[in-house]
Amino acid sequence: MKKLLILGAGTAGTIMANTMSRKAGKDWEITIVDQSEVHYYQPGYLFMPFGVYTEKDVQKPRKKFLPSRATYRQSGIEQICPEDNKVILAGGEELGYDILIVGTGCRIAPEEIDGLTGSDWGKRSHDFYTFEGARKLTAAMKDWQGGRLVINIAEMPIKCPVAPLEFAFLADWYLTQRGLREKTEIVYTTPLSGAFTKPVASAILNHLLEEKGIIVEQDFAIGSVDNEGHKIVSWDEREVPYDLLVSVPTNMGDRLIERSNMGDELNFIPTNRDTLQAKAKENIFVIGDATDLPTSKAGSVAHFEAEVLTENILSYMKGEEMEERFDGHANCFIESGFGKGFLLDFNYEQEPVPGHFPFPHVGPFGLLSQTRLNHLGKLAFKYVYWHMLLKGYPIPFVDHRMSYLGKKIPNKAKASA
Amino acid sequence: MATKELAGSSVEVNEEGYLTDRTQWNEAVAAALATEEGIELSDEHWKVLKFIESDFAEKQAVPGMRRLNKVGGIPTKDLYRLFPGGPIKKAARIAGFPKPASCV
Ligand SMILES: Cc1cc2nc3c(=O)[nH]c(=O)nc-3n(C[C@H](O)[C@H](O)[C@H](O)COP(=O)(O)OP(=O)(O)OC[C@H]3O[C@@H](n4cnc5c(N)ncnc54)[C@H](O)[C@@H]3O)c2cc1C
Repeated sequence: MKKLLILGAGTAGTIMANTMSRKAGKDWEITIVDQSEVHYYQPGYLFMPFGVYTEKDVQKPRKKFLPSRATYRQSGIEQICPEDNKVILAGGEELGYDILIVGTGCRIAPEEIDGLTGSDWGKRSHDFYTFEGARKLTAAMKDWQGGRLVINIAEMPIKCPVAPLEFAFLADWYLTQRGLREKTEIVYTTPLSGAFTKPVASAILNHLLEEKGIIVEQDFAIGSVDNEGHKIVSWDEREVPYDLLVSVPTNMGDRLIERSNMGDELNFIPTNRDTLQAKAKENIFVIGDATDLPTSKAGSVAHFEAEVLTENILSYMKGEEMEERFDGHANCFIESGFGKGFLLDFNYEQEPVPGHFPFPHVGPFGLLSQTRLNHLGKLAFKYVYWHMLLKGYPIPFVDHRMSYLGKKIPNKAKASA
Repeated sequence: MATKELAGSSVEVNEEGYLTDRTQWNEAVAAALATEEGIELSDEHWKVLKFIESDFAEKQAVPGMRRLNKVGGIPTKDLYRLFPGGPIKKAARIAGFPKPASCV
């Protein structure tokens, strides 16, 4: 038997275990490893602090989503040894492979920011990128009586790059509902020169921030947190005081990647952007947040990548050319508060622009416009995630290759990626 | 796009003042671009510019802050001292590279 080994049973690893179980020849044995028994629906963390989702909505047993054909090993992973085609587990046991898929995602690294894990951490300063962080922040939002609510993005790239913006919009909505908006200053601090990384979307979203009275402190590169003075300080010595700090710390690949000496300066793995093959070794493939690809780190992206990677690995197994190409397609709903939302659809070359999705003129979703249906789409994503996406079924009408149909592309946005 | 006279040579720049053709770049052009930013280039500045140049050759991208720290060995504090305001954007412009596009 030949061996296919998958590291990480999060969004990407789970999808790959399912598609490969359906499609790989019977001479392949499939094994998948993850350290914890719970599969978290990470997009749900955003909604917990506002009471839209509870803890129960965002966690389910991991095994439930894995195919019976694959052997599931619950264990930490210590190291990948590309030269020897083997992986060492936390207990020292070694697993050999013919093909390796790395889907170990990324994690927040608050320890990278001077002072962030100081005395305010978990009290006045929180994150919502982890289950524990979202839980504590839920309690903090419940107790909130007004003051300065500061959102900070430490540095790019971060997974789900629109999540901090959504947090700001939802906080505006939540506090308005509770009669506390007038008593709250919401400040959005970002290292970018605007709300988003791409110009057309950034202009539209900047405008919305302004409309909602959210103060934006841009080009803000956080240098340290002053826990005594309760303020964040940028490298160019701007100070922003907070009563509650909602931090999106530096995002990095797992330490496993560093231990294996396979990552860049953020522990992301250099990956071929078309084929998803690791640049270091031909029988290693990388998917999801673990890659260094210049597109969003998002569940939707992992899903599109999986369609490409499944075909490519099947070709590789047969010794054929890998013909499928990933175009960087990302498709993200953005909650904008008060029961509305946006939808962004883009890839490596094409930045997000207004239009209709997935059908030209018809939609039903509006690209880069605020609609109620986009909001419902975002909420429906939870159902789609648990029931379709993790199984690796194609999303109806949405191809892994981004479609240019229905997009209103201004001349300038066409070329600039 | 516009054509501009810098240090005796004529160069193409985009609307934000970044060179659009790096073959038009040379050390005198760098010095002139630096002057526009109110910076006088020292050996320390050149260390940063040289790293950006060699890293761009390898990665086809302007290195971010963390890469300048970890791979280039230049602390963030120094970068802000050398290129006040926006170190990466300014250093990239002076080094003749495009404005760094942060990933989505
Ligand atoms: C707040 C928030 C909101 C989001 N909103 C959206 C959204 O609206 N839409 C969207 O598409 N995406 C969203 N995302 C992003 C999405 O959740 C991720 O992009 C997606 O989960 C990536 O999948 P992955 O498999 O690469 O990583 P993960 O799903 O994180 O899985 C990685 C797995 O690897 C395991 N692992 C890592 N290292 C080791 C080790 N050393 N040993 C053993 N196991 C290990 C982990 O336990 C984990 O299970 C959001 C994320 C967050 C945090």
